[in-house]
Amino acid sequence: MSDTLRIVRPSLTTRLTGWGRTAPVVGDVVEVTAADASAVVVDAPGRGVIARGLGRSYGDAAQNAGGQVLRLCDATGGMVLDAQAGTVTVGAGIDIDRLLRVIVPAGFFVPVTPGTRFVTIGGAIASDIHGKNHHVDGSFGRHVRRMSLLLADGSVVEISPDSDAELFWATVGGMGLTGVILDATIALLPIETSRLAVETRRVADLDTLLTLMSEGDHLYRYSVAWIDLMATGASLGRSVLTWGDHARLDQLDDRTAADPLAFGARQLVAVPPLVPTPGVVNRLTAGVFNEFWYWSTPRHRVDEIQTIPAYFHPLDAVGSWNRLYGRRGFVQYQFMVPFGAEGTLRTVVERIATSGASTSLNVLKRFGAANPAPLSFPRAGWTLTLDLPASWRPMADLMHELDRLVLGAGGRHYLSKDAVTTPDSIRRGYPRLPEWQAVQRRVDPNGRWQSDLGRRLELVDPPRSEQT
Amino acid sequence: MQNALGEIQTIAVFGGTSEIGLAIARRLITPSTRTVVLACRDVDAGARAAADLGRDAGTDPVMEAVTIEVVAFDAADTDSHLQVVAEIADTVGDLDVVVLAFGVLGDQAEFDADPAAAVGAVHVNYTGAVSVGLVVADVLRRQGHGRLVVLSSVAGERVRKANFVYGSSKAGLDGFAQGLGDSLEGSGASVLVVRPGFVHSRMTEGLAAAPFATDPDSVAEVVARGLRQGRRTVWAPGVLRYVFMVLRHLPGAVYRRLPLG
Ligand SMILES: Cc1cc2nc3c(=O)[nH]c(=O)nc-3n(C[C@H](O)[C@H](O)[C@H](O)COP(=O)(O)OP(=O)(O)OC[C@H]3O[C@@H](n4cnc5c(N)ncnc54)[C@H](O)[C@@H]3O)c2cc1C
Ligand SMILES: NC(=O)c1ccc[n+]([C@@H]2O[C@H](COP(=O)([O-])OP(=O)(O)OC[C@H]3O[C@@H](n4cnc5c(N)ncnc54)[C@H](OP(=O)(O)O)[C@@H]3O)[C@@H](O)[C@H]2O)c1
Repeated sequence: MSDTLRIVRPSLTTRLTGWGRTAPVVGDVVEVTAADASAVVVDAPGRGVIARGLGRSYGDAAQNAGGQVLRLCDATGGMVLDAQAGTVTVGAGIDIDRLLRVIVPAGFFVPVTPGTRFVTIGGAIASDIHGKNHHVDGSFGRHVRRMSLLLADGSVVEISPDSDAELFWATVGGMGLTGVILDATIALLPIETSRLAVETRRVADLDTLLTLMSEGDHLYRYSVAWIDLMATGASLGRSVLTWGDHARLDQLDDRTAADPLAFGARQLVAVPPLVPTPGVVNRLTAGVFNEFWYWSTPRHRVDEIQTIPAYFHPLDAVGSWNRLYGRRGFVQYQFMVPFGAEGTLRTVVERIATSGASTSLNVLKRFGAANPAPLSFPRAGWTLTLDLPASWRPMADLMHELDRLVLGAGGRHYLSKDAVTTPDSIRRGYPRLPEWQAVQRRVDPNGRWQSDLGRRLELVDPPRSEQT
Repeated sequence: MQNALGEIQTIAVFGGTSEIGLAIARRLITPSTRTVVLACRDVDAGARAAADLGRDAGTDPVMEAVTIEVVAFDAADTDSHLQVVAEIADTVGDLDVVVLAFGVLGDQAEFDADPAAAVGAVHVNYTGAVSVGLVVADVLRRQGHGRLVVLSSVAGERVRKANFVYGSSKAGLDGFAQGLGDSLEGSGASVLVVRPGFVHSRMTEGLAAAPFATDPDSVAEVVARGLRQGRRTVWAPGVLRYVFMVLRHLPGAVYRRLPLG
């Protein structure tokens, strides 16, 4: 490495997991500025490099056992808001939380936000994240105007939907395996207020829910349903559906209207590092939680005004909530099935509900159309997300059984959440994988970009030995 | 790579025709498993074992085809170990679980009469395991993940006169494996030391069963649980931990008079 290299944090042998805290491995974590990333990549050891954002992907996407893990120090890269154009140019290591603190008071919102503000722009693009507005606005990649990408040979290229579109779309949803995104320009959504006008409904069962969403979603920018996957029989799929839109100024009361773009997200509490080994999420606590959530929701409430954190990121109020699942961690299983496969969706919900699983953070969402990215997860259909404690023994059989149902219906799994599926189910779920791999090999002939996810799911080739 | 549920993609068994080793492989095969390597002295016997294993795995209709590879490996030929392991790693990629299952029990009376035979057995049980164990550990350390499962024995926990050559080789192996595990701390790789009691297998065929005798499948179950729970040592059956807690502390005069064969 050159003498002038400024490594913010030197190479550290660190135990890494994703947000689910499963399958730990050890790799070298290097924190660098965007300007110095190139030198680190060129000198990478034989087992390659992968970029890591805030580690909010649940499985093994942002780790590289025995190799290098590169974190972009978020102090660099900056943030330039072009209010005229409605865009922001931002360092890829910067997270949505920091971005919102700047753009919301200026009257803008991110085009897509996940259920947590603590994801980086690099992670948002690499996962092509989706939000509650997918049926209207599509996923994150659609709003990326351009980005700069550090390639395996150390060079940096500018890519956009018009310039090397093939590499651009392979990087959107490409899980960091085409290179390190250094910065990007994102088109923002203008907002009048920092509040949401929310409509909430308690829904008695799955069929009613699917009908309501199919008929009503298009009237709202945001739509998502929390679903009780422990309820069975006539209550199968009972849920709480929320629809929302950015509130207009005239919808706010006088006190709120006095500072309509206020944004002050705070973390209220944090889960301590030591939670009893089996965790505190079990059939009893999850069941009680589900009952409470369902029955504490009014049958139907309209025009409730909520803040951005309360509406989009309720879990962020509790720091490190992933520790609640104990030492063995948890798995988030997210899949989609196309419209027309409602029967399969119903079977899956039935299987989970009768499996004895303790699960409470489950959401159902309707996706709009796909974008051109070969590995982008969303496409028109239904997506269901559920959390399960990894220590729950029957899970392996259940997961493999659900995989079969999902794939049989033409569905697929979300790579950023995946921690259990197989190379074969990714090949089947993503028929355009070979197309993506061709682009990936073009920009990385020696296999410098390596992650545990890439290895486990055989997305990329092993490193070429001349590198070792 | 191991997945979040501890399902394993690649397994290598050194002593690939061992009944206990094969039972462990069979137990660890899931729909996520890609490759099993049987490294054995007798490759023809290995091929037969592979066919059986493939048939067992193949009875599950959803299981992706598991590739079973048979490679030649002689624990006594320590000079070859580096290359054998490198070739395995080259063909299958990362090794998730490696099992050291080779071993010879021998006959104490024969060893008494023929020290060279005793040396041969110790060479396989101890020296061979040290050699291949170190080579594998180096691979796992570089990988930043992976588990080495070492078949020790209660015979090494407190060596007894009936099989003290075998017992002492296992005592050495056990100490080696524990130390190796400690040295891997923080590397992402780890060692699971397995201490079975009397196991009904080819090794013990014709011998009178000891108390708490068990079978290869039960040992495999204990190993699978130990791996899942991230344990460093397991006993099979588990009760032997307590039995040996007592036996280890018996005064020599009492121990020598026990009817342990
Ligand atoms: C509570 C919670 C709620 C969530 N809700 C949603 C949701 O609603 N919708 C959704 O789509 N996702 C959701 N996610 C998942 C999350 O949005 C994605 O996993 C996201 O990628 C995490 O960003 P990160 O910065 O933590 O990236 P990491 O988890 O650190 O990395 C994720 C991937 O991005 C790559 N990457 C990171 N930085 C770069 C870079 N600079 N250049 C190239 N590649 C890079 C990594 O290599 C890895 O493959 C949620 C996660 C949590 C914990
Ligand atoms: N059975 C028990 O009661 C018991 C109890 C505690 C511990 N153990 C240990 O568990 C392990 C497995 O034993 P097992 O019960 O499964 O017996 P097994 O079926 O006899 O297996 C022993 C294996 O070791 C192999 N082997 C012997 N010498 C070798 C060499 N030089 N190179 C390569 N392989 C060699 C044998 O191969 P060949 O067939 O080619 O000889 C055989 O496959 C052994 O380490 C044993 O000491 C067994």
